[in-house]
Amino acid sequence: MSRRMWIFVAMFMVLPGMLFTVSCAKKKVASETGLQQGEAGKSAADKARAEELARQKALEEQRLKEEAAKQGKIAEERARLENEDIYFEFDSATLLPAAQEVLKKKAQYLKENEKLKVAVEGHCDERGTNEYNLALGDRRAKSATQFIMNLGIPASRITAISYGEERPMDPGHTEEAWAKNRRAHFVIQ
Amino acid sequence: MNLAFLKGGLCAVEYIDINNPFLRKIPVAVPFFQAKSGSSADSQIIKEGSNFLAQTLDFTGFFKILDRGAFLEDPQRMGIEIPNISFNSWTTVGAELLVTGGFEFSGETIAVEFRLFDTFKGRMLVGKRYQGVKADLKKIIHLFCDEIIYSLTGKHGIFSSRIAFVSNGSGNKEIYVCDFDGGNPRQLTQTKAITLSPAWSFDGDWIAYTSYVNGKPDLFIRNLKDGRSHKVAYQGINITPAWRPFRLELLATLSFTGDQEIYLLTETGKTIKRLTHNEGIDVSPSWSPDGKKIAFVSKRSGTPQVYVMDVDSNEVQRLTYYGRHNTQPAWSPAGDRIAYTAMEKGATNIFVVGIDGKEPVQLTHNSGDNESPSWSPDGNLIAFSSTREGPARIYVMTTFGTDQRRLLAISGAQTNPAWSPRNKDN
Repeated sequence: MSRRMWIFVAMFMVLPGMLFTVSCAKKKVASETGLQQGEAGKSAADKARAEELARQKALEEQRLKEEAAKQGKIAEERARLENEDIYFEFDSATLLPAAQEVLKKKAQYLKENEKLKVAVEGHCDERGTNEYNLALGDRRAKSATQFIMNLGIPASRITAISYGEERPMDPGHTEEAWAKNRRAHFVIQ
Repeated sequence: MNLAFLKGGLCAVEYIDINNPFLRKIPVAVPFFQAKSGSSADSQIIKEGSNFLAQTLDFTGFFKILDRGAFLEDPQRMGIEIPNISFNSWTTVGAELLVTGGFEFSGETIAVEFRLFDTFKGRMLVGKRYQGVKADLKKIIHLFCDEIIYSLTGKHGIFSSRIAFVSNGSGNKEIYVCDFDGGNPRQLTQTKAITLSPAWSFDGDWIAYTSYVNGKPDLFIRNLKDGRSHKVAYQGINITPAWRPFRLELLATLSFTGDQEIYLLTETGKTIKRLTHNEGIDVSPSWSPDGKKIAFVSKRSGTPQVYVMDVDSNEVQRLTYYGRHNTQPAWSPAGDRIAYTAMEKGATNIFVVGIDGKEPVQLTHNSGDNESPSWSPDGNLIAFSSTREGPARIYVMTTFGTDQRRLLAISGAQTNPAWSPRNKDN
């Protein structure tokens, strides 16, 4: 990022600066032939310079806007990879249709971003004993991992980690809380 | 600490049949012990010692400790050995057993004589003399209580055993250890990560547990005496350690193949053999006391149920049929029963069932979620965790579900109790 910015500064600020230096030299030659002409030439050059600066400023603003939008979209996609969990039924590691749709999007994103590695966390609700839920969370993480691998993402880029019932999303003891806690969650590593 | 037998019979009369679910509690008198020498400051130590011995006996669930207010004898003047004991005045107040003690102080050292009498027969069942420093008194009392239990049941007591458990009071789940009665709780691990499932080796020297200290559930195997430690850190889960009786080998559930299977490992974490070969969850093994079979949880029939496997033949039989969620099997030290946790209609309770799988008996009722049964080494008590008072705490009960009481309350929630074997050094 910052390196690209520096290249940009060099291209658009330093190079035009050099151009002005050259025009200044010309002006000096002109002043030798006549003051009036020189004065007029100077104001025309100033005007052109101001216009050029404004044009460049607008270009830069546009570029920053596009860059920000691009970054925003990347951040949004990245965030979605991490924030959009998939959910399971009680005591089940079977991928529901909705979960499969979400996983397809995640696989696509991982394809487009080849350097990303992810951990897939498997979680359970508090019902059932915690040792059994560690095994169940492992199966959930592995279901999601296997699905993504079947879509062409190499195993070296995905790690399954079970948290069992140890890290609930919602600490409540209701059906609603339990439904939120039976999940697989992606984390970029 | 030195000890010597006092003259008298040590016979294994079975006063207490530990297999009787309708056990009548034996009324026992524990009058304040006597000072044979020492200052008035020492009389406080004697009083505390008398109370501590009474509490320790009470903990077993075998006794009814009689109120000292009803005693006819003056504790400082009564006889503490035959023929000076007036047994009549003890049977009159309902005492069937009598414990007497005599203390001698000399600087920081202490000499104690303890005796247990059958008041109806008018005879001594066991008598011992111990010597040590004052700080040893609780240990001495535990040793004598062990003698009392041995003389009445024919089996050693649990007074040298400890209980490991998980507490999140520090902000993370860590392993703690307390004495058998909940006393002296101390933090064993400092992982600052989720740490679970403590398990004791048969000799009490090793403890194994699962910890996320490296960001995933790995198995840690630690020698408590010399600090040696080993790690099992395959991809996937490395959980539910269970040490084999008589041998330094342990079972654990690993999932590096992609499937959760039970393996037999050496104490250094090397695989000896894989025990289960079933697509689906296999987890939570518990050894039979002869080290030949295991009980474990499997989802092979569609719901988690308890199964029993012969380790040599790999032959498997289903144990639980009643209910849809039966986990956490714990094989009794006598080998005849298996405790487990059943979830039904939103309630989680402890059950025990014979090894034939017949007639499961529910031990906890209508009192929050009750989980993680762990047998005392003598087989007379079961420790478990319960949310009956809000946050999870460790409780104990008899194996018939009677005398349920909380062991300790420290900050945070306490779960996963694991009762140690008897300490062989005591």
